[in-house]
Amino acid sequence: MTSIILLSVLGIVNLFFGFLKSNKILLPAAMVILALVFGANLLDWNAASESYFNNMLTIDRYSVAFTGIVVLTTLLLIPFSEKYVRDGQENLAEYYSLLLFALVGAIMMVSYNNLLMLFVGIEILSVAMYVVAGSDKRNVRSNEAALKYFLMGSFATGILLFGIALVYGATGTFELAQINAGIVNPANASLQPMLYIGMLLMFIGISFKVSAAPFHYWTPDVYEGTPTFFTAFMSTVVKTAGFAAFFKLLLAAFFAAQGFWVPTIMAITVLTLLIGNVGAVAQSSIKRMLAYSSISHAGYLFIGLVAVNGKLSANAIFFYSLAYSIATVAAFAVLKLVSDQRQREDYASFNGLAKTNPLLAFVMTVAMLSLAGIPLTGGFFGKFFTFGAAIDRGYIWLVVFAVVMSMVSIYYYLRPIIAMYMQPADDETAEPIVVGGFQSAVLVLLALITVVLGVLPGLLSEVF
Amino acid sequence: MLTAFLLFFPVAAALLLHFAKGNAARVLALGAALLEFAVAVFAAVSATLNMAPGNSEAAYSTFSINLPWIASAGINFHIGMDGLSLLLVLLTTFLVPLIILASFRHDYPNASAFYALILFMQTGLIGVFVSLDAFLFYFFWEVALIPIYFLAGVWGSERRIAVTFKFFLYTIIGSLFMLAAFVYLYFQTGANGAVRSSDIAAFYSLSLTASQQAWVFWLIFIAFAVKMPIFPFHTWQPDTYTESPVPATMLLSGIMLKMGIYGTLRWLLPVVPLGTSQWGKLVMILAVIGIIYGAIIAIRQRDMKRLIAYSSLSHVGLMAAGVFSLTFMGLQGAVIQMLAHGVNVVGMFFIGDVIQRRTGTRQISELGGLTKHTPLLSVCFLVLLLGTVALPLTNGFVGEFLLLAGVYQYNMWLGAVAGVTIILAAVYLLRMFQRVMLGPETSFTSTIQDLTGSELAVLVPLIVLVFWIGLFPNTFLRISEPAVLQILTLVNR
Repeated sequence: MTSIILLSVLGIVNLFFGFLKSNKILLPAAMVILALVFGANLLDWNAASESYFNNMLTIDRYSVAFTGIVVLTTLLLIPFSEKYVRDGQENLAEYYSLLLFALVGAIMMVSYNNLLMLFVGIEILSVAMYVVAGSDKRNVRSNEAALKYFLMGSFATGILLFGIALVYGATGTFELAQINAGIVNPANASLQPMLYIGMLLMFIGISFKVSAAPFHYWTPDVYEGTPTFFTAFMSTVVKTAGFAAFFKLLLAAFFAAQGFWVPTIMAITVLTLLIGNVGAVAQSSIKRMLAYSSISHAGYLFIGLVAVNGKLSANAIFFYSLAYSIATVAAFAVLKLVSDQRQREDYASFNGLAKTNPLLAFVMTVAMLSLAGIPLTGGFFGKFFTFGAAIDRGYIWLVVFAVVMSMVSIYYYLRPIIAMYMQPADDETAEPIVVGGFQSAVLVLLALITVVLGVLPGLLSEVF
Repeated sequence: MLTAFLLFFPVAAALLLHFAKGNAARVLALGAALLEFAVAVFAAVSATLNMAPGNSEAAYSTFSINLPWIASAGINFHIGMDGLSLLLVLLTTFLVPLIILASFRHDYPNASAFYALILFMQTGLIGVFVSLDAFLFYFFWEVALIPIYFLAGVWGSERRIAVTFKFFLYTIIGSLFMLAAFVYLYFQTGANGAVRSSDIAAFYSLSLTASQQAWVFWLIFIAFAVKMPIFPFHTWQPDTYTESPVPATMLLSGIMLKMGIYGTLRWLLPVVPLGTSQWGKLVMILAVIGIIYGAIIAIRQRDMKRLIAYSSLSHVGLMAAGVFSLTFMGLQGAVIQMLAHGVNVVGMFFIGDVIQRRTGTRQISELGGLTKHTPLLSVCFLVLLLGTVALPLTNGFVGEFLLLAGVYQYNMWLGAVAGVTIILAAVYLLRMFQRVMLGPETSFTSTIQDLTGSELAVLVPLIVLVFWIGLFPNTFLRISEPAVLQILTLVNR
C-alpha cells in the first residue's frame, strides 16, 4: 500500500518539478522516486498480508513480487528517455507523472481482491497509455496509434465492464473468493449461462490488454506509432500487470469453473502463439517484429495460465515476466538509441553495429537470445518453468506446439544479430551511435540481470 | 574441484582476454589453453594411478561435485568425470591449444573476441562432457552452440551468413526436441509422489514402458543425430565446414561432433534401452548408408576442405554404427575412434589450410607436385592421411577394426557393407594425395615453402598421437573400459 501512496503523492510532486526552468532535474527525480517506491515495496515482503478499503485491495507476497517487477522495469527503462531531456521536451514532467500514475494502476491490477478494483486499475493504466501513445503530436503515425488504441481500448473496457456486471449478476458479489464460492453454490445453477458469458466477456477485455490473439490486431500498429520509449513501457509493464491480474482472476475467482475456461484459454494460447510467431517472421521493421514477438510472449505466458498449477504456475509466470521484461527493455532501449540517431527502424539500420558500438550489439544479442529462450539467459528458464508447469498437468501436446513455435521464433530473433555482427556497415550506418555513460551502465546492468537469471535461476525461481 | 576448474577456467580466461589486444590476446589464449591441458593431464594421471583393479568408482569419485542449482525443482549442479568423460576432456584440452596455435598465421580482425569465443566454446564442450544432470547437460549443449555460431558467422567466408544460419537452426531445433524429452523424463521421475530430479541416476532408474521409450528415443536421438551428423540429418555439415574459418572447422569436426556420440553413449542408450533396441536397427541402416554415401560423394569433390568434410561424414557414420551395435567392441571402438578422428581430422584441415594459405587455392585440380619443395609437409600429410585410411599401426586402424568387429557382431551384412568404407577412404584420400602432392607442378605451387616452426608445433603433437594411439591403444582403452562396461550393463538391464 505504501507504494501506491508514494507513487500517487510523488507523481503529483513530480508535476510541480515541471514548473522549474530546467528539464535536467526531472530524470534524476523520477529515478529517485522509483527507487524509493521499489525499496518501500520490498519492505512489505515480510509483512503479513493486509487488506485495505473493505477488503478490496490485498497486499501480499504475490502483489509485492509483481509490483517489484513493474517498478524495476520502469526504473531501468527511464534512463533511455534522456533524449527527451536533451531536446528540451516541454511536457516531460507530465510524461513522467503519467508513467508513475500508470504504475499505480498496474499495482492495483496485481493486488486487487475485488473486480471493481481490477477495473479501476486497468482504467488508470490504460488512460495513461492512451495519452502517451499520442505524445508525438506532430507525427501522423503517433496520432493514428493513439486514436486506434483509445477507440479499441474503450471498447475492450466496455466489454470487460459488461462481463464484470454479468459475473456479479450470476454470483452476487465482486469479491474473488466469494465469486468462487458462488460458482459452486447450487442455488446459482440456473444462472450458469450468465456466468459463462460474463467470464467470456471478461477474458476478451483482458486479452485485449495483454494483446492476445484474436484481440491483438491493434498491437503492431500502435506499437509502431507510439514513441519507442513508451512502446517499451507498454510491452513490459502493461503485459506483466495484465498477466498477474489474469492469473489471480482465474485462480482465485474462477477456479471452480475450470472445465469451462481451460479449453477457452487454451484456444487463445494456440492462436496467440501462432499469430505472434508467424507474424513476426514477415516483418521488416525491428519495432514491428518486437510488437509481434510481444504477442507471442503473451502466448507463452498463457501456457502458465492454462496450467493453473497453484504455486508452480505463479512462480513460472513471475519468473517469465521478469526475464521477459528485462530482455524487452534492453531490446527497446537499443532500438531507441539506434533509431533516434539513424531515423529508421528496419533490420538494415543495425548493420555493422558490432563494429561501431560493441556494447549495444552485445546487449541486443543477449536480449535476443533471452527472448528466443536460449540457455545462459533468463528467457530459457522462463520457458522451462512455464512449460514444466503445463507438462505437469499433462498438456504435452500444447508444450510441443509451443516448442515448435519457439523454433520459428529463432528465425526472427537471429536477424538483428546477423545484421549487427555479420553484415558490413553501409555509409549511412557507419557512424557510431552516441550513448551516454549512465545509459551504458544501465545497459550492462540489463544484460547482467539476464545472464544471472540464466545462470542462477534458483535465486528467484521460487518466490511464493 | 579439478573438474570445476577445468570447466570454468576457460571462460574466466575468455573474460580476461577482453582486456588484451592483438598479439597479446592470442598468446594469452594459448597460455590459458596449455594450462588447462596440463590440469587435464594431471587429472588423468592421478585417476589412472588411483585405479584399483576392478574398482574404477574410487578413482573418479574425487572428480564429482554435486551442489544445488535450482534447489526447489531438484535440479543440481552435478558434474563429474568417469573414464569416458575424462578421455573426451583430454581430447578437448589437447586440441584447443593446437587449434589456437594453428590460427596464428591468420590475422583475424578483432582477435581478442575471436580467441575469447574459442575459450568460451571450450567451457561449453567440457560442460557437455562432465555434466551429470540432464538440465546441466542441455544447458552446456546449447552454450557450446553460441560461440561457434559467431565464430563461423563473423569470421567465415562469403556464404557464411546463410550457411551458419542453417546450421544454427538445424542444431537448435534438434536440441529443442531433446529438451522436450528431458522435461518429460524429469516429470516422470516424480511419478507416484516421488521427489523429482533431473540427476542422471534418476533418469537411469526410470522404468518407462516400451511405447513411451520409443518416442522419447526419437526426441533425444534427433538432437544427437543432427550434431554428429547421421544421414539424413547431415545437410548442414559440408557447407558449414567449408564456409567456417579453419579454427571453427577444427572445433566443429574435431570436438563438437563428438558431443553427439558422447550424448548417445551417456544420455540415450542407458536412459531408453527398450527404445534403442526397437529402433537401433533403423539407425544402424541409416548410419551405414551415411558411411557409403559420404565416401562416394567425397570421391567426386574438387575442393580439399569439402573432401575432408565428406570423409568426416563417412567416418562418423561408422562410429554411430559401432555405438548402436551395442557390443563391447563397438562401444570401445567408438571411444577410441572419437580420439583418433579428432586428431586426424584436425590435422587434415590444418594441412588443407597450410596449402591454401601458400598457394591461394583449395581446388585439387589446380595443385600438384608439392612434395619437391615441401618434404616435411608431405610426410606429415601422409601420416595423418594414412591414419585416416586406417593403416595398421596408426590410430585409425585400432578404431575402425573394433568398430567393424562390433558392427559385424551385430549383423554380418551390415558389417560387410560398412567395411567397404576402408576401401573407399583409400580411394578418395590417396587420390587426393597423389593429385595434390605428386605429379607435375602447377603455376600455383612452384614457389611453395615448407612448414615453419609454429606449424610443426601443431602437427608434431598430432603425429605423436597418431602413433601413440596406434601402437599402444591400451593406454586409452583401459581408461574407458569400466565406463563402457557400465553403460552396457545399463543397456542390457
